[in-house]
Amino acid sequence: MSPILFWFFALLMLASGAAVVINRNPVASALALVASFLGLAALFVSLDAFFIGVIQVLVYAGAVMVLFLFIIMLLDLKAEQRRKINIPAWIGGGLVTLVFVAQLAAVLKRFPLGQQKFPALPGGRIDDVEKIGETLFSTHNLSFQVIGALILVATIGVLILSKRELK
Amino acid sequence: MTELTLNDYLLVSGLLFAIGFAGVLLRRNIIIIFMCLELMLNAANLSLVAFSRFNVGADGLPNYNAQVLVFFIITVAAAEVAVGLAIIVALFRARQTTHIEDINSLKF
Repeated sequence: MSPILFWFFALLMLASGAAVVINRNPVASALALVASFLGLAALFVSLDAFFIGVIQVLVYAGAVMVLFLFIIMLLDLKAEQRRKINIPAWIGGGLVTLVFVAQLAAVLKRFPLGQQKFPALPGGRIDDVEKIGETLFSTHNLSFQVIGALILVATIGVLILSKRELK
Repeated sequence: MTELTLNDYLLVSGLLFAIGFAGVLLRRNIIIIFMCLELMLNAANLSLVAFSRFNVGADGLPNYNAQVLVFFIITVAAAEVAVGLAIIVALFRARQTTHIEDINSLKF
C-alpha cells in the first residue's frame, strides 16, 4: 500500500478515535468508533492480513457496534449533561497519557529494527486464510477449544445477568 | 515519499492506545469508557499484525502465529463486550444512571 493511503487511513482511525473520546452524545461516539474500526481494517489489509481485516469489519464494525448501539438506544441515554469537572482527575489523566506518549516516542526512537522496511512477500497468491486455519487447528488447537468454552461461559453469564435483578 | 517502516505502524498503534487510555481516564460515562477499552484492544491488535508482517519466516510468508493471537483477542473482546454490556444494563436497571461518579460504591 502506498504511504499516502496508509497515512490517510491512519489519520482517519486516529481522528475518529479522538472523536469517540470528545463527543458528548454516546450515539455519535459509537458511530465514530465504527469509522475508527473501518480505518483499522484498512490498515490490516495494508499489512497483507486480509482475513484479520475481514474479521475486523464483520465482528467489530458489524456485531459489536450493533450491540453497543442497541444498548445505548435501549437505555435511552441522552447527551451527557455538563457536570462540575473533577480537576485533579483531569490533570492526572492527562499527565499519565502525556507520559505514555513521551515514553512511546523515546522507545521508538531507539528501536533500530523499527527503521527497517517490511520485507517483500513472494509473488503470486497468498492464502492467508488457509495458513491461519492450519496454525489455528494444529499449533493452537487447545487454545481454540478453550476459547470455545469461554464463549459458552460468556453466553450463559449474559443470560443469567440479564434475567435476574441485582439484589 | 519513502517506503513505510515498522515504526510508522507502531507509532499509529501507540497513539491509538493513548487515545483509548485517555478516554478511560477522562470520560465519566461508563459506556464511553467501555468503547475506549475496545480502542485499546484494537491498538494492541494493530501492533501484533505489524510484527507478524515484519517477521517473515523461512518460506517468506508472515508469521501466522501472531494473526491467530489477533483472532483470539477479537473473540475474547466480543465475549467481553457481551458480558460487559449485560452488566451495564443490570447496573442501569438498579441505579438509572451510567455516570460513574453515581456508581462509586461496590455494594448495592
